[in-house]
Amino acid sequence: MAVLQFREALRAAMTEEMERDERVFLMGEEVAEYNGAYKVSEGMLEKFGPKRIIDTPISENGFCGLGVGAAMSGLRPIIEFMTFNFSFVAIDQIINNAAKIRYMSGGQFDVPIVFRGANGAAGQLAATHNTSTESIYSTIPGLKVIAPSNPDDAKGLLKSAIRDNNPVIFLESEVMFGMKGEVSDAEDYIIPIGKARIAREGTDVTIVAHSKSYHIAMRVAERLEENGYSAEVIDPRTIRPLDIDTIVDSIKKTNRCVIIDESNPYASISSEITFQIQDRAFDFLDAPIKRITAKDVPAPYAKNLIEYYMPQEEDAYQACLSVMYAK
Amino acid sequence: MAKQTKKAPARRKSTTSRAKSAAKAKDPVGMSVVPDTLSFSQEFDTYPAGKYTHEELGLNEDQVIAMYRNMLLQRRFEERAAQMYGKQKIAGFLHLYIGQEAISTGTATAMKIGTDSLITAYRDHGHALALGMSANEGMAEMFGKIGGCSKGKGGSMHFFDKENRMFGGHGIVGAHVPVGVGMAFAHKYKEDGGAAIAFYGDGAAGQGAIHEAANLMSIYELPAILVVENNQYAMGTAVHRAFGQTEFSHWAASYGVRGAVADGMDVFSVIKAMQDALAEARDNKPTMMEIRTYRYRGHSMSDPQKYRTKEELDAKKNEDPILRLKAYLLDRNVTDEKTLDAIDEDVKEEVMASVEFAENSPAPDLDTIYDDVYDSRDYPYLA
Repeated sequence: MAVLQFREALRAAMTEEMERDERVFLMGEEVAEYNGAYKVSEGMLEKFGPKRIIDTPISENGFCGLGVGAAMSGLRPIIEFMTFNFSFVAIDQIINNAAKIRYMSGGQFDVPIVFRGANGAAGQLAATHNTSTESIYSTIPGLKVIAPSNPDDAKGLLKSAIRDNNPVIFLESEVMFGMKGEVSDAEDYIIPIGKARIAREGTDVTIVAHSKSYHIAMRVAERLEENGYSAEVIDPRTIRPLDIDTIVDSIKKTNRCVIIDESNPYASISSEITFQIQDRAFDFLDAPIKRITAKDVPAPYAKNLIEYYMPQEEDAYQACLSVMYAK
Repeated sequence: MAKQTKKAPARRKSTTSRAKSAAKAKDPVGMSVVPDTLSFSQEFDTYPAGKYTHEELGLNEDQVIAMYRNMLLQRRFEERAAQMYGKQKIAGFLHLYIGQEAISTGTATAMKIGTDSLITAYRDHGHALALGMSANEGMAEMFGKIGGCSKGKGGSMHFFDKENRMFGGHGIVGAHVPVGVGMAFAHKYKEDGGAAIAFYGDGAAGQGAIHEAANLMSIYELPAILVVENNQYAMGTAVHRAFGQTEFSHWAASYGVRGAVADGMDVFSVIKAMQDALAEARDNKPTMMEIRTYRYRGHSMSDPQKYRTKEELDAKKNEDPILRLKAYLLDRNVTDEKTLDAIDEDVKEEVMASVEFAENSPAPDLDTIYDDVYDSRDYPYLA
C-alpha cells in the first residue's frame, strides 16, 4: 500500500491507462501547460507530450463534442471539466450525443469516453459553482456515473471507467483532491463498476452515503458506536449502475436506513435509493427511511449559510437515533 | 482554377507588424497596441457552376453516369418517402433532400469512402445513399423495422452506416458539428490519412457549437471540412433575417482557416470544391465551405411554405441539379436519352423494392428495447 492524495491516485490511474493503451488521451482546460487547474494532471504533459495531453480553449461544448467524435472513431478520450458546473454548457454533447448515439445507431457506434472533474459544493463559491450533478446525469440511460469517496476507489474505478466501452461520468471533488489515503499498489488495480463497498459492518442501522457524504457517515458511525449502537456504512461508489443488492442485503439485517446525499433533495439519488429499497425490502423496514441532504435551495455564498446548506453531521446522527427509535 | 488562399499564419503576422508600425508612427509614448486603421483581406476560393467538366476532374463517363443514377436514386427515394409518410407508413419528422442531391453525390465522389468520414444533420437520407447505404436499409429504418440501418431505433433523422463511415444523421441542430471535428481529430491522431466532413444547414450556423467547432479545428490544425449547406431557409427563416454576415465562407477568416464557396446545383462544382478541400485537409489545413443550394420541398412534411413565393420556387426549379446533369450528359453525348430513361426506371424499381423490403421486415421485438443502451457485456444491472 502506498499513501497517495486523491489527485495523485487519479493521476496514477490515467498514467497507467495511457501507458497501457495508445488510444487514451486527456483533454481539457489547463490540463497540459498549467499542469491541471487542481494539479490532477501535473507532469503528464512532460511524460506523454502534447499529442496526448491537450489544452483546450474555454469551449466545453466544442471539446466534449470533439471527444464524442473521437470516441466514435475508436479513440478513448478522457475529458476533464475544471468542475462539473461547467459541464452544463456541454450537457447537449453528454446527454444527446455521448449517451444516445450507441442506441440511435442500433449499436453501430460505441462511445468510450470518460468525462471527469470536480463535482458538488466546494465552499463559498455561491450558486453556480456548487452544483451536485449526480442525479442529473444518472437519470440518463446510456451513461454510467461514478462518485468515489477515497483515493483507493478513485484509482481502481477510474481505470475501469477508462476501459469501459460506454460514456462514464466520473465525479471528483475540489475539497477531496488533497485527501490522503492508502492505495493498493497491486499491478493493474481495477475495481469493477457497479459494486458497492461495505465500509463498516454493523447491525442496528444502515447508512448509505457516497463521495464527501461518506465521510460524514463514518463520523456518525463512530459517534453511534460510542453510544452503544452499531451502524453499517455502505458507499455505493457507483451511482449508475447502483449496487442495490448490497444495500438491500444490509437492510435485511439492520431493518433501518439513513441516506446522506450532498445533492439537492428533490428527485435526487436519495429519492431513487429510497424507492428501490421500499420496492425490494418493504417488509424488512422497521422505520421510515430518512435522508439528510443539501438544503432545497441554490447554494448561498455567506459562510454561515453555505455551512448550513450542506448535509449536517448532527442531523444525520439524530436521524439514525430516530430510525432506531432511540430518542 | 480556383485561386489559392494565402497561408493563414503569414496573414496574421502581417497584421501584427502593421499594427506595430502604426503604433510607432502615431503614439509618441510608443505604448498603443491599437493601430489607426485595421483591415483584413482574404481571398476565398470560389467554384462557379458551369466551370468544370468531368474530364478535368479526373472522372470517366461511367463514373458520371453512376453519379447521375445516385442523384436520381436520392430523388426517387425521397419522393416515395413523402408518399409513404402520407400513407402513415413513416412517422415522426421527415425532412426531404430533394434539390440538394448534387451536394451529397458530389461529396461522395470526391471522398475516399471507407477512409474519410462524414457526419450531417437530420436531412440525412441523401448523404447516406450517396455513401453507399442501401435504399432497403434506409426505407426500413423510416418504417421502424428491424431491417433498418439502426434497427428501427433512429428513424429518418438518424441514419448511421459505420461501414461507410457515415457517422449519422443528427437531430439537434448544430450539435453534431463538434463531433465531426472529433472525427477529424481521430484521423490525425491515428495518422490514417483520412479527413472528416461535417455538414450543417444555414440554420445551424446560428448555433454556438459551430463557432467552437471551427475554432478547435483551426487551433488543432485538423483534417476537417465544415460545410454549410445553405438552402436559404432555416425552417421559414430566410438567411438574411438570421445572420449579419450571410457570406458564410467569410466566417472562415475569423477562425484563420481557408474559406470556399461552391454551387450546390452543379455537381461538378461540388466535386472540385471537395477535391481541393480534401487535399488541403490531408495536409491538416481545414476549410469552412458554403455550398449554395435550394430546398424544393418544405422544411418537413408539415410546412405550408408561406414564407416564400411560388415564383421563387419555380425559378429555382429551373436550376434543378439532376436536370442540369442530364443536360450535360446529353449535350456532350456522354449517353443518350434512352439510357437515362432506363436508369430512371431501374432506380424507381429499386425504390419500390425498398418499400416492399420495409413492409416485409419485421417490427423490432419488444425485448430489443433494452438492446444497445450500453455495451452490456459487463453490465448485468440493466433490466
